[in-house]
Amino acid sequence: MVGYLFLAIAIISLAGFYAGRSKAQTSVGKLSELHSLPNFHGGFIAAWIGIPSIIVVLLWLLFQGTVIDNLLLSSLPADKVEGMDQAQLSLVLSEVRSVAAGNIFGDPEPHIIAAAERYNSWYSISRWSMVAVALAMCLIALLFTRSKISGRFRARHRVERIMDGIMVVCSVIAILTTFGIVVSLLVEALRFFDLVSPLEFFFGLNWEPQIAIRADQVTGGGAFGAIPVFIGTLQIAFLAMSVATPLGLFSAIYLTEYSGPRFRKAIKPVLEILAGIPTVVYGFFAVLVVAPSMREFGATIGLDIAPNSALAAGAVMGIMLIPFVSSLSDDAISSVPDAMRHGSYGLGATKGETIIKVLLPAALPGIMGGILLATSRAIGETMIVVMAAGIIATLTMNPLEPVTTVTVQIVTLLIGDTEFDNPKTLAAFALGLVLFVVTLMLNILAQRVVRKYRERYE
Amino acid sequence: MADVTPSTSKKKSGKAKPAPKGKAKAPEAKTNGNSTDATGLRTKTDRPLTSSRQDLALDQSTKISSSDVCVFYGDKQALFDVNVDILSNHVTALIGPSGCGKSTYLRCLNRMNDVIDIARVTGNIIVDGIDIYDPDVDVVELRARVGMVFQKPNPFPKSIYENIAYGPRIHGLASSKSDMDEIVENSLKRAGLWKEVHDRLHEPGTGLSGGQQQRLCIARAIAISPSVILMDEPCSALDPIATAIVEELIEELRQNYTIVIVTHSMQQAARVSQRTAYFHLGYLVEYGETDQIFQAPKDERTQNYITGRIG
Ligand SMILES: Nc1ncnc2c1ncn2[C@@H]1O[C@H](COP(=O)(O)OP(=O)(O)OP(=O)(O)O)[C@@H](O)[C@H]1O
Ligand SMILES: [Mg+2]
Repeated sequence: MVGYLFLAIAIISLAGFYAGRSKAQTSVGKLSELHSLPNFHGGFIAAWIGIPSIIVVLLWLLFQGTVIDNLLLSSLPADKVEGMDQAQLSLVLSEVRSVAAGNIFGDPEPHIIAAAERYNSWYSISRWSMVAVALAMCLIALLFTRSKISGRFRARHRVERIMDGIMVVCSVIAILTTFGIVVSLLVEALRFFDLVSPLEFFFGLNWEPQIAIRADQVTGGGAFGAIPVFIGTLQIAFLAMSVATPLGLFSAIYLTEYSGPRFRKAIKPVLEILAGIPTVVYGFFAVLVVAPSMREFGATIGLDIAPNSALAAGAVMGIMLIPFVSSLSDDAISSVPDAMRHGSYGLGATKGETIIKVLLPAALPGIMGGILLATSRAIGETMIVVMAAGIIATLTMNPLEPVTTVTVQIVTLLIGDTEFDNPKTLAAFALGLVLFVVTLMLNILAQRVVRKYRERYE
Repeated sequence: MADVTPSTSKKKSGKAKPAPKGKAKAPEAKTNGNSTDATGLRTKTDRPLTSSRQDLALDQSTKISSSDVCVFYGDKQALFDVNVDILSNHVTALIGPSGCGKSTYLRCLNRMNDVIDIARVTGNIIVDGIDIYDPDVDVVELRARVGMVFQKPNPFPKSIYENIAYGPRIHGLASSKSDMDEIVENSLKRAGLWKEVHDRLHEPGTGLSGGQQQRLCIARAIAISPSVILMDEPCSALDPIATAIVEELIEELRQNYTIVIVTHSMQQAARVSQRTAYFHLGYLVEYGETDQIFQAPKDERTQNYITGRIG
């Protein structure tokens, strides 16, 4: 129904577009006498037909449910709803709705059946009047805007202004969504901090968030000191970046400055395949290949490496992040103009000097961008860590022992639980908030660094 | 090619100047070892040391001699058998219509064509008795001796100071901070830029105006004291005053250096150069004393160009 209505609006818009275009064309002798090209006249009409009617339809759909529910409640016989509270009323409503939809269980009371009939008829009235209103709006808009079109009509500016408006609306939607997410995160995190003191959360050394299933169970409260989780996250991110940064950067330099064009063409896609491998597969790789071989190697030199270790997870994650660093660095380095290279060679610089002193500084913003993007991926990565580093929060700096990270803990805290009323599940929001703040600061820092060291070239 | 007026100054390049840096064999031997006969031909032609412009009391040894130089960009040939001998302590002007290969020829002289992937150079170019296209030659060292100012100003995205200090730093020309300050100041002064930038040496060089950038690039090139300076239209974005400063600089540099300059201004070529080469569609049409080229050109095309009928 609504789908057909949108289709109809689109067709009328299209018709309006052609109507406007042809009117604009015929209203003047020569095309050059038009203030705006015919397409702008058409676009002007189409926008005025389409946009307001679609907005009205959307608003209608949004509010008709509430309006009809309220009408229905007030139309119920007063003696039947006397003294009911909110929950009981909504129970009655849902009974009416299911009867209206034809799902009749047992023997509904006659006033419910009557209400269901009213409900259905109101719904169809509402729907048809929506269609009528929308189509009427389309036609009025068509007639009104078409009458405005003439040779000197500034359709181009009007269309421009409509486009401006659309863009503003889109960015407002994006901003509001972000804002909403942050607020909900904040609210839930504050509820958590009501139950657990922030002091314990940020400085406690013990992370055991299990909560008793029954109140009298001995495991009782649980401990929410998140330091081990933070340390684990930083440790793994650091390990991953110390693998990804040199490998990615050097391969980018090799590809842009040293390799021949044919080799480069062949090898670049291969490098980018790394980015397309699902993280679960990296997880397999870490658990089945990297960790056992590390363990064996450790045994031969007398080191005891746990089967789940930060090192295995970090190293594999580093491999995964190579393409992030390399492709952004590659783009940044190859977009430095050749004139810079020539200027440097012309002064008798070698290739190495040119790369270190001219190309890398000029490409620094892009390279930093790549590294920071990879870092935030490393901090947010979950799958590899779950599989290769474990879920037990040990407070350790030793990369050979199992650790856990913020994202892994969020997952384990929320699995199987949907009631957000105990500290265990609410802790997930607190961790999420920390993750969000850290990533945000990382981005701000990145922008500062980039702005400070940005070297512009013409 | 039939029109090419052979170089008027043909003498034993090697004998006038000792072979530099101990690296080269005696030029004569070098030439003989070389299979290209044209080189042998030229170096054996003796000519007395005379010049029509006797304001120049310096010797007329050949600094750079090029023979049968051809350049290809992919399949397209941009230069055809160019033979030019460039004299020490002379200013040699390259003139010709746009696209005739002046920049291409200039780039051959310090092997900057190497960095253009599709470019291929054939023929011989001898600088100070060394065949610079010999595989043994250290290109980096060559470019430190044969400096270049590019047609388009290309300051590095660094501070003005760092732009100048870049070359001296990689060649270890300054032993202390004050040495470096002096080199920077001197170079900027000689390029006529010091007054404008002395109080903002640490601002980015890319923030300068086009003409200032051009002078910055000149200053950058002379900071490493090359013995040959190749200038590709160094005054194209300069006002008459800055142009005069650069021309003065060229005159001053000539005492110690050899200069090759590409210019689109006939007056400038006439003012600053002692010798002029006229290029046309990739061919060297005429090469000789500047006075002779401008007053009595032998080739009709040269005549047309300098009187403004071509280009
Ligand atoms: N990098 C390049 N790739 C391909 N062709 C080139 C390249 N550089 C120059 N050419 C070609 O070589 C020819 C000579 O170019 P060159 O730059 O030497 O001319 P020019 O005499 O310096 O001209 P102008 O006075 O406009 O600077 C031109 O036809 C040009 O198209
Ligand atoms: Mg040129």
